[in-house]
Amino acid sequence: MEIKISIRKANDATSVIELVGEIDVYTSPKVKDAVSGLIDSGIYNIIIDLAQVKYIDSTGLGVLIGGLKRVREHGGSVHLICNNPQIRKIFDITGLVKIFGIFDTEEAALRALK
Amino acid sequence: MTGSDSIELAIPRRAEYVAVARLSVAAIAGRLRFSIEDVEDVKLAVAEACTGAIARGSQLGGRIELLFEGGDEALHVRVVAFAPLSDLQELRGDHGQGPRIGALGSYLIRALMDEVRYEKGSHGALDLIMSKRQQFV
Repeated sequence: MEIKISIRKANDATSVIELVGEIDVYTSPKVKDAVSGLIDSGIYNIIIDLAQVKYIDSTGLGVLIGGLKRVREHGGSVHLICNNPQIRKIFDITGLVKIFGIFDTEEAALRALK
Repeated sequence: MTGSDSIELAIPRRAEYVAVARLSVAAIAGRLRFSIEDVEDVKLAVAEACTGAIARGSQLGGRIELLFEGGDEALHVRVVAFAPLSDLQELRGDHGQGPRIGALGSYLIRALMDEVRYEKGSHGALDLIMSKRQQFV
């Protein structure tokens, strides 16, 4: 199983991490490196695009939570793009839907960051 | 797969093999005619069990053994030597205060499966036993 990660700027203050594949105990360290790298470079508003993620487990959720904790220390946010019902269900049952902004599109996520 | 069939799977106790268990149980649940949503639930629960077994069971041998059995319109999964016996209190949630290993994973297993329990297995360690019933619409 692999995860493809691409990072781009949405604007001066916000970057988008686009993930394609599956996030599990094997691939989540790579996602963690991507999130940490952005934060270390001073980007504190991050949109993580999960639209093409087919699967996420607790280690993946842990990476997202860790990233959110770090950016909040700098007044930032992590917003998620997620329109896969099965992935969304995981956020619902863990209660994480209450701490992440979860949106259907990048435009909606960007609007919420303004 | 009929109701009484059973399947055994052993994978190395390493992260890169969790996907093998995940995909295997998806095929088994599909054979039992579980709904797509229930297949996804079982996949995640088994993956979380394997992830927990990796985190907790490094001293319990280099392999994770999984036993799958279909019966009573349910899928039963036993993860052999999931954790050391000393983890029982923590796994049952009566460990008091303090951080727990894989708490989110354990929570997901309980949320996604219909029955979850731990029992002393033949290897002197804790087995994790979990079941998912078929939903008939």
